[in-house]
Amino acid sequence: MMTAILGLSSQSVMASGGEGKFNAGEMIMHHISDAHEIHIIGDFAIYLPVIIKTEEGWDVFSSSHFYHNEESLEIDSTSSAHYYEHGDYILFHEHIYLKGEGLELDENGDAKNQAVALDMSITKNVAGIFLTALIMFLIFFSVAKAYKKRGRTAPKGFQAFMEPLILFVRDEVAIPSIGKGKADKFVPFLLSIFFFIWISNLLGLIPFLGGMNITGTLSVTMVLATIVFIITTINGKKPYWVHILWPPNVPIPIKLILVPIEIAGLFIKPLVLMVRLTANITAGHIIILAFVALIFIFGEQSAGAGYGVGIGSTLFMIFMNFIELLVAFLQAYVFTLLAALYFGAAVEEAHH
Amino acid sequence: MLSVSLGTVIWTTIAFLVVVFLLAKFAWKPILNSIREREESISQALEDADKAKELMRELKEDNEKLLQEARMERDEIIKSARDAKEKMITEAKEKAKEEGEKMIASAKESIRSEKASAMNEIKSHIAELSLDIAEKIIREKLSNEGKQKEIIESTLKEAKLN
Repeated sequence: MMTAILGLSSQSVMASGGEGKFNAGEMIMHHISDAHEIHIIGDFAIYLPVIIKTEEGWDVFSSSHFYHNEESLEIDSTSSAHYYEHGDYILFHEHIYLKGEGLELDENGDAKNQAVALDMSITKNVAGIFLTALIMFLIFFSVAKAYKKRGRTAPKGFQAFMEPLILFVRDEVAIPSIGKGKADKFVPFLLSIFFFIWISNLLGLIPFLGGMNITGTLSVTMVLATIVFIITTINGKKPYWVHILWPPNVPIPIKLILVPIEIAGLFIKPLVLMVRLTANITAGHIIILAFVALIFIFGEQSAGAGYGVGIGSTLFMIFMNFIELLVAFLQAYVFTLLAALYFGAAVEEAHH
Repeated sequence: MLSVSLGTVIWTTIAFLVVVFLLAKFAWKPILNSIREREESISQALEDADKAKELMRELKEDNEKLLQEARMERDEIIKSARDAKEKMITEAKEKAKEEGEKMIASAKESIRSEKASAMNEIKSHIAELSLDIAEKIIREKLSNEGKQKEIIESTLKEAKLN
């Protein structure tokens, strides 16, 4: 595990601090951000397709064209901005812009160039999502086949490994939160979202896979949270809406305070769902990357300090990786549990 | 990471919805159905086992009851048989005694009559015998002259005396 991370970071050091000092913040941000390639080790990377839409129409090409054509823009005598160029496009901080007269920067260091109308590239995270989907299909179609084949007999092999997890989601998450009978409708979705998040989280922990930060990406968690919000909203029964819009047994003045809070809560709930997952997964990646950065910061002072700190850092990284394995499961569980609780509140019968 | 990319959003939505729908249809449905079926069959089996146990218990109870009844009946039969035996024995004894007494009585009677008839016969025999003897003696006595004379003389003697 750690050798992979070391491999990754050494490459990044060359890339981001080629002529200057090692910049830990920049290295970490680079690694937790999305990219148009899956960087494996050293110079070896999987280049992903770039799919962009401009006013002229769709354009599809490999990202290797970008990464093999590095340009730099002198900002002042000590620093320069690096970007990649291909045809009419430039890639700057993994965002694609129209080339125009070349990269132009504003005073904040952001590109002033016009962004492409729509970037539908298969980025590292999108590829990770596809990989997650593929893994889920492989796992659960084979498990489903095993169930069909073995009928009522006891589960065996991989099926026996997955069954407790499936039962965990059904019996420990869905049924206690939603209630028996009503839970059945939501169990397939909850199972899907649980395994989707869990497998995505685990993909982010696999070394030599570009350090995917799928569930630590706001775009991804936003979609998941939005779907949870939509399902909650369309399943909301009368007591749910009554509870929000005109809570019973509450004096009018308190109602006036409560109702806006409840309405805000409608949107805060999925928002929190989204932010919690993103923050937890990204934080884990940042901590591990910070330990890597520590080695290079000390290594710049002297090689001995680098090796010394390296041993401690590596041990901590191993420790953190185990914690992250736990967090990967825990966050999938928390997301699923909260989604189930929201569904449960939506379909709850009146009990006042 | 924190900026939302429309491309990623679109791809995530498509991929996730495809995952949800395909898995719901081809994986979760058969998996959850077979789990439910298995659970139902297990609880059904347990229920059946309980029922069978109950039935077994009832059957055993019935058996025990039947056995008890049979035992009681046997005891009754044995007792009545013993009683009957006893009764029969006493009856038989009584009857035998009675019969014996009757027989003894009749035997005694017949003995008595036999004895009487024998006595009579003996008496008649004795009478005949006495007659015969008397006759023989007389004949013997009167067979020779001397004797006859003697008798006559003795008789006359006696008669003289008288």
